[in-house]
Amino acid sequence: MKTAVIVFPGSNCDRDCGRGWAAVTGREAEFVWHKESSIDDYDVVILPGGFSFGDYLRCGAIARFSPVMAEVVRLAGRGSLIIGICNGFQILTEARLLPGALLRNKGLTYICRDIHLKVENNQTAFTSAYAAGQVIRMPIGHGEGGFTISPRGLEELRGQNRIVFRYCRADGATDEAAAPNGSLDNIAGIVSDRGNVLGMMPHPERLAEPILGGDDGKGVFESIFRAAAEKLGGGK
Amino acid sequence: MTERVDVWREHGLTENEYDLIVGLMKREPNYDELALFGVMWSEHCSYKNSRAQLRKFPVKGPQVIQGPGENAGVVSLGDGLGAAFKMESHNHPSAIEPFQGAATGVGGIIRDIFAMGARPVASLNSLRFGRLDSGRVRHLLRGVTAGIAHYGNCMGIPTVGGEVYFHPSYQGNPLVNAMCVGLVDENKIFKGAAAGVGNIVMVVGARTGRDGIKGASFASEELNDDDPDKRPNVQVGDPFMEKLLLEATLEILEGGLAVGLQDLGAAGLTSSASEMAGRAGNGLYIDIDKVPLREEGLLPWEIMLSESQERMLLVAEPAKVGAITAIFEKWDLTAAAIGEVTGDGHFTVRRGSKVLASVPAGLLTDKAPVNIRPLAEPAYFREKKKADLSPAVNYGDWTGLLKKLLGSPNLCSRRWVYEQYDHMVGLNTVIRPGGDAAVLRLPDSGKGLALACDCNSRYVFLDPWRGGAIAVAEAARNVACVGARPLALTNCLNFGNPENPEIYWQFVQATDGLAAAALRLGAPVTGGNVSFYNEYNGQAVYPTPTIGMVGLLENIEDRLTSGFKKTDDLVMLVGESGEDLGASEVHFLLTGRDEGPVPYLDLDRAARLNDFLTEAARARLLNSAHDCAEGGLAVTLCESAFAGGLGAALKWAGDISAAAAFFGESQSRVVVSFSPDRAARVEELAKKHDLPFTALGRVGGRKISLNYNGEMIEAGLDELFGPWENNLAEAVQLP
Repeated sequence: MKTAVIVFPGSNCDRDCGRGWAAVTGREAEFVWHKESSIDDYDVVILPGGFSFGDYLRCGAIARFSPVMAEVVRLAGRGSLIIGICNGFQILTEARLLPGALLRNKGLTYICRDIHLKVENNQTAFTSAYAAGQVIRMPIGHGEGGFTISPRGLEELRGQNRIVFRYCRADGATDEAAAPNGSLDNIAGIVSDRGNVLGMMPHPERLAEPILGGDDGKGVFESIFRAAAEKLGGGK
Repeated sequence: MTERVDVWREHGLTENEYDLIVGLMKREPNYDELALFGVMWSEHCSYKNSRAQLRKFPVKGPQVIQGPGENAGVVSLGDGLGAAFKMESHNHPSAIEPFQGAATGVGGIIRDIFAMGARPVASLNSLRFGRLDSGRVRHLLRGVTAGIAHYGNCMGIPTVGGEVYFHPSYQGNPLVNAMCVGLVDENKIFKGAAAGVGNIVMVVGARTGRDGIKGASFASEELNDDDPDKRPNVQVGDPFMEKLLLEATLEILEGGLAVGLQDLGAAGLTSSASEMAGRAGNGLYIDIDKVPLREEGLLPWEIMLSESQERMLLVAEPAKVGAITAIFEKWDLTAAAIGEVTGDGHFTVRRGSKVLASVPAGLLTDKAPVNIRPLAEPAYFREKKKADLSPAVNYGDWTGLLKKLLGSPNLCSRRWVYEQYDHMVGLNTVIRPGGDAAVLRLPDSGKGLALACDCNSRYVFLDPWRGGAIAVAEAARNVACVGARPLALTNCLNFGNPENPEIYWQFVQATDGLAAAALRLGAPVTGGNVSFYNEYNGQAVYPTPTIGMVGLLENIEDRLTSGFKKTDDLVMLVGESGEDLGASEVHFLLTGRDEGPVPYLDLDRAARLNDFLTEAARARLLNSAHDCAEGGLAVTLCESAFAGGLGAALKWAGDISAAAAFFGESQSRVVVSFSPDRAARVEELAKKHDLPFTALGRVGGRKISLNYNGEMIEAGLDELFGPWENNLAEAVQLP
């Protein structure tokens, strides 16, 4: 299994993602510089958090033009598992691998804290380690994480069961106030129509080891690892 | 001779200093040379008013790898790993333009850390503002917080701790002190020296523009009402550029490509180049035509004094220049060879072949006059010791008073501030902000690094010696409360105008106290920063010697946190409580006055308490430990209850007033909780360290119930928690 963490100038969770991946799966990820225009057929690609190109323009708007992104699109097309976390999610929407956009937080400030998430769909390559409806704890760290999409787009996401994570309270209630950033319908993570591209604002790598205060995030990497291994084991 | 007057004044020098320069150079300096002296002999660069006092600090210890004098100090963490750390002020820029002022303060201290070859792993900050009910103060608080967040978050360096205080003395002149900590291989520590005659001097990173010109001189003057005009003195930060600069620089150091490295900070190229030359005992020339500029038409002295951010000065062997340039190109950064190390000891500025200025480097870096200023004990020092402390003593409604205290600007939760900082990036933050000290895990060793900032400037104002010592003692105790042994400290000494004998007296007294405590508590000073002239319209800020403490946990699994953990755990106060309502937060809350005797500090007991805490942590005797500080025991207990989500029912007796028992601020006290089966061993350990202790009661329930001599505080946790948790966030929302 080959895993890549894409490094954009300004990425700052690249090492964290590699470390989280290694801590959970026992495998090393490779770091791939954004200027690469031809990369191997990685089974798993992680777009990490950070401030690609400083995010001085719309978050992710410049990163999507990096040479490596054409390759990420190609790998998405061949069915590799692509996960974008935080800035990585923003880049995936800019690259149109995922629908919607991320807006400035409703309180207009950056927020770093643990929040609760409800696993709305555990039948994905990214969430199979969780139970359906499970409430998990995970940190967010972003200034622009309010998900938005057209009414039709939202209907599509709902209809196709592509809303994977929603912000909730500790007891699982998903009222509007439970979304720290004003996300539409409390959306925290979605998958592509084929189900092999996931974008999420919370950081699973930040709570993937008990010493960091919890390991609810582990399940994301476990699920990806399992799904990618099954695909490889299943053979072509 | 009438012309002469303007010559030195324009550069912020005195007539005596000008004469000294002429004597040292054995000729009249030209305009450009005088501009160099102007900034290098400014207080900000030369420490001319503080140097004599800073020599008092203990700077040695087996743990110290690099003491004061470099870009940052370094202490050993064992296993060949060092922690590079330093704190610096960016007060005046933040007063004028809070967002960029604070942001560039963070950027500057981060560069100091990676200039040592260290990868920055954590930032902290100490912030002080005027009254929160002022719109301008709220504007400053919002701007400074957002600026720190902007820079640190983008850099991917977690901001893990710090402090925020509000006091009228900072109304016009806020304090913004930023600290950064990095990890470095002990054998790969880098120095800012221009070694090797014939080596190439390169400026790397951003291009040079007009921003921040004369920032060093600006920092060495008082603030006034007309200061909005000084906005051009404030630099603009680009954290993205700095992130690239960090990665490129570390790649170059990793490859062993550079000989010396220095941050371009205050006074820009002038200060960095002359300091690098001075440290190596060499000379150096810079050809300003080779400096990459952002705009046309900069004058020579503007290029030499520009404080454009995100630049470093690098010295390398000629054969390595190509490889260095290639790395910077990979990161889309500029790198330009602008000069050469020479053997003549002169710092020379050229434009092409024309020499504009040539001064022995040592004159700029080491020959600024060392001023021993006259000092005078201010009248208030004795007058304010006497105070009527009855408003607290006679208050009576202790529950009501506790609620007021918990919701007051200085004691309520700082969550609104620290949640704007990414404090988790890096995956090392094991104890997050909000406790006594932050703890980071260290790679591979199972050890932990504890970090804290502290200073109670009310104490320092009322009794500078004791206040200076208390700042060190509390910072050390904060670190000990998480189970770590204090290793070393950095400081940021914020004072008013040192030419005022009463201010200088505060400075001498406070640094004396600081030195004594650092020595006794085994935490030598490895560097820091002096910030004078913190005055607004002639009013000085309270003397504020902020301490940044670094501590080591030998086994990170021994760490302690402040929250109660288990129902039925026993709660104990370690230390002794006196009638210490003087200089207290409660007295200030009730009267608006800072007065009364500052609580006594027994440095020996402070040291023993730290030993008790680290030994108790190591033996895993405790389930929580929390420093008892501003607001006293009642506030401390509430904080432990909030953090753990568990109340407590406590009852004890004593011979001090109820006000002092609940809210007094006696020093060297800690609230601990532990499982009942550990009680005998905890008591034994306290006795071994000759520490008085008081059994208070048990953890449990959803309320706080305190009974002292029959006087009661009783309230539900939620009722107390609300104002503590939300008041700052709510106050800041006002326009």
